Amino acid sequence: MSATPTTATMRSSASATRRAPLLAAYAWLVFAFIYLPIIVLIVYSFNRDGVGGFPPHHLTLDWYRQLFGDGAIWTSVLNSLIVAACSVALSLTLGLPAALALDRANFPGKSLFRRLVLLPLILPGIITGLSLLMFAVCAGAHLSLLTVFLGHGTALISVATTELFAGLQKMDRAQEEASLDLGATPLQTFWRVTLPNLKLSLIAAGLLIFTLSMDEIAVTFFLIGRDNTLPLEIWGRLRRGITPEINAISTLIFAASVILIVIWFQLRTRAQRKAL
Amino acid sequence: MSLGSAIPQPLEEERAARPLLEVRVVVKRFGNHEVLKGISLTIAAGEFITLLGESGSGKTTMLRLIAGFEQPSSGEIWMNGSRLDTLPPYKRRVNTVFQQYALFPHLNVRDNVAYGLRVTNTPSIEIDTRVIDALRMVKMDSFASARPATLSGGQQQRVALARALVNRPLLLLLDEPLSALDANLRKEMQSELKSLQREVGITFLFVTHDQDEAMALSDRIALLRNGALEQIGSPREIYSHPATAYTARFIGQTNLLRAEIRGGVATCGALRWPTSAPDGPAVFSLRPEAIRLADTVADSAAANPSAPEARFAAIVKQQLYGGASELLEVECGGQTLRVKISARGPLSGKQDFIFSAKDAVRVTE
Repeated sequence: MSATPTTATMRSSASATRRAPLLAAYAWLVFAFIYLPIIVLIVYSFNRDGVGGFPPHHLTLDWYRQLFGDGAIWTSVLNSLIVAACSVALSLTLGLPAALALDRANFPGKSLFRRLVLLPLILPGIITGLSLLMFAVCAGAHLSLLTVFLGHGTALISVATTELFAGLQKMDRAQEEASLDLGATPLQTFWRVTLPNLKLSLIAAGLLIFTLSMDEIAVTFFLIGRDNTLPLEIWGRLRRGITPEINAISTLIFAASVILIVIWFQLRTRAQRKAL
Repeated sequence: MSLGSAIPQPLEEERAARPLLEVRVVVKRFGNHEVLKGISLTIAAGEFITLLGESGSGKTTMLRLIAGFEQPSSGEIWMNGSRLDTLPPYKRRVNTVFQQYALFPHLNVRDNVAYGLRVTNTPSIEIDTRVIDALRMVKMDSFASARPATLSGGQQQRVALARALVNRPLLLLLDEPLSALDANLRKEMQSELKSLQREVGITFLFVTHDQDEAMALSDRIALLRNGALEQIGSPREIYSHPATAYTARFIGQTNLLRAEIRGGVATCGALRWPTSAPDGPAVFSLRPEAIRLADTVADSAAANPSAPEARFAAIVKQQLYGGASELLEVECGGQTLRVKISARGPLSGKQDFIFSAKDAVRVTE
């Protein structure tokens, strides 16, 4: 009895993964298209002769040395880190109640809210940035890191809401009922059961928001005052010509991003496995 | 009701004197669908009562109303003389063992069990001793530091029991707690559950769709059908005197005989037996084990007039061997009957059967 479906699935999966050299080549081409520029960027960060001349002849760490002595870059890195960390805090704090409302409350306009909540992500950054700028001007706010942080934080609430909503949907509601049943008030239940269950979603959302804020440029451009975030600093220097120092900092950012994405991905799969 | 139960019930008086929980004409609607249609039920302190019913009968909804996860659409629930259904779940002295246990995955066994005591600000010294006692009671004290995910289904079941009982509830609700376990473990847990209930003396309200489980565990069974109470009574009462054809079929196996009564004699095909019921059509339930083979010496003796019997001949169509007993399907005048006899070797052809007229119990459709 059980042999029949097994062979059937084996056959279908075998036919689904039959050799398709053209498709495979195409996949590799897409992969190369995405990653070759990054590889070039990384390689040139070690090239003594700068960005000219191919292939690079003399490998060196000089650009990294120069980078570590460059105060302006590190000020901008610090600015970016501060903005990103504050944005994570703001968007998670405001996103969690929104996700809770979507998951368990019924209110007029709920389905509209659910569809519109992702809009700030889909809208071109220019539009979000411009509208936030107008808002800041109308509110009489001085453009500074504070306005950048408010811009990132509010725009990224949508990411926090969607991620946390997904986490809440996966959660076993019987656990919250068990908590109430055992004598915990709704508030105690939230702190002791709901929040610990959401831990992985919170971390995953935080990492994602952090990376998105770190390399945001369009919204930041409108809202920044005299300070610079790292992407704006790089962009400003590029106008004076490319130096391998930029390649070096980009390589470091790339490495950090990869690490964050790997952590995020692993947390996600772990959460999914747990839900099964 | 003059059911003439064979077993005296001294508990009955005590029950009436100390009702723990009173469900008064509770109706529950979800949208237009009426899930509970005016249930009234009284549960005595210390009893093991089972809500038995098929899926969709409303038994889980009843449980959720008592736990406080749902509100009745109308009707009231009282506990120990005060209104229960207006309280939130965390103010009720009722605890639940959930179907899938609902243990907290982020806490170890000890912290799971301590949860109810911690959130109600019990002194920590008291928590420690009560948690250990509860874990010992369910034989899980050596697993105190384990995470729920590392435990087997049966072990999680025990932890869920300890977590509920440690709060010393007045009433423990159990929502099909054994349905996730395999057959052997189930039997084992049934007997442990029963002795645990005697030991702690807490009232158990058990929900199941398994009639064998209900019969084995309960002091009383409340049979639910489509949101209404079909019959309530001790397992023996319900089994020997089912009030309706549904009850007779749901609890154990039975032969339903559609008979015509005339002048104190019921006739159903080739079967005839004396009855005190008035003339007209009637349905009777006759359990398979109430019918026996009429080949023993005692049966050939003169019939006892105080216990009239009915005798009939039937052809054995099918014989299912079941170890200590055998189940026969016999045909008698175009009508198929089930007969359960103690194992006695292969049978075939025409045989004489006999049953006592009092075992044909009149039921309503």
